[in-house]
Amino acid sequence: MHRTGELYGQFQTLDQQKESATLGMWVFIAQEILFFGGLFLAYTINRHTYSTAFGVGGNMLSLPLGAANTVVLILSSLTMAMAVWSATTSKKKLVSLFLVLTLALGCVFLGVKVIEYKQKFDHHLIPGHGFDIAYCSKNPAACGLTGKELATEVEEIENGLKADPDLNAHAQLYYSLYFAMTGLHALHMIIGAGLLLWLIQQSMKGRFDAAYNTPVENIGLYWHFVDIVWIYLFPLLYLINRHLA
Amino acid sequence: MSEHIVSPKIYGLIFLALMVGTALTVWAAYQNFGPFNIVIALGIATIKASLVILFFMHGKYSSKRTKLVIVCGFFWLAIMLGLTLADYSSRHPEPSRTQVLPSAPAAFRA
Repeated sequence: MHRTGELYGQFQTLDQQKESATLGMWVFIAQEILFFGGLFLAYTINRHTYSTAFGVGGNMLSLPLGAANTVVLILSSLTMAMAVWSATTSKKKLVSLFLVLTLALGCVFLGVKVIEYKQKFDHHLIPGHGFDIAYCSKNPAACGLTGKELATEVEEIENGLKADPDLNAHAQLYYSLYFAMTGLHALHMIIGAGLLLWLIQQSMKGRFDAAYNTPVENIGLYWHFVDIVWIYLFPLLYLINRHLA
Repeated sequence: MSEHIVSPKIYGLIFLALMVGTALTVWAAYQNFGPFNIVIALGIATIKASLVILFFMHGKYSSKRTKLVIVCGFFWLAIMLGLTLADYSSRHPEPSRTQVLPSAPAAFRA
């Protein structure tokens, strides 16, 4: 069986077999780039068209949470890379350890995302009937807004409405894209967590070593790709208009 | 095995570089560079993504065939973004949903 790292009939060497697997993974990732690319394209066009509303919407996201999540996700990429290194150097116990760390960090990321989504839900920023971009400026107590923060937000919305009378509808578009993009990203993280669970189970049995580590390597590629998507989502969604606030 | 093993030291350095990039992009977001804010943000993101691809994903140590596939993925993305944005930016005036041609029948002009 392939799982034990034996040579399949259609390959001449194990190296060739492994390279084919890596190549296949990259073909899949090329498809994933285009899958996310469609959303990035929709975002770019709408951001350009409704830049005021997108700026107001983006500045309402929590930068500390977004930045913390970026650090967590990059750290999980490091532990994933270390899991691959442990496998290729036959350090079997370390493989499991690093995979568990990666899974834990992935769960932290998703947990923070849940907190962020919940906050947006409380602040009436879920696209749909109750959407109101000015909810927090009208009900500062409900959002815990005070002093300078509140003044900034009230001013931003006032200026926004001057530049774009349809601010609410266009900010809603921003939040639709925000949830679509981060949601699709989170779905990839959940799938990645499932794959990691399987990897951890296999690594506990001592399956992965220098001779056979293709699953660790390929799921690692997937995990890093999901990290790259976030590396772009973070500045696009959270950062672009901060300097105007 | 002929595959290249990347040392933990390099992974650590790349991680540090990625952290510096993250700090830099957050700092830059609060400075007013006018139209260049977005360019700087995406530039830093692209450097970070390249580091991940080259080192964490072993792109630098892959075979030429694999490298070709990696580049293809981004090339396709560039085609999709480039051609679509070229179309959007060159169509003028942008038709509005409510705009109706003066020659349209009265029923459509309400």
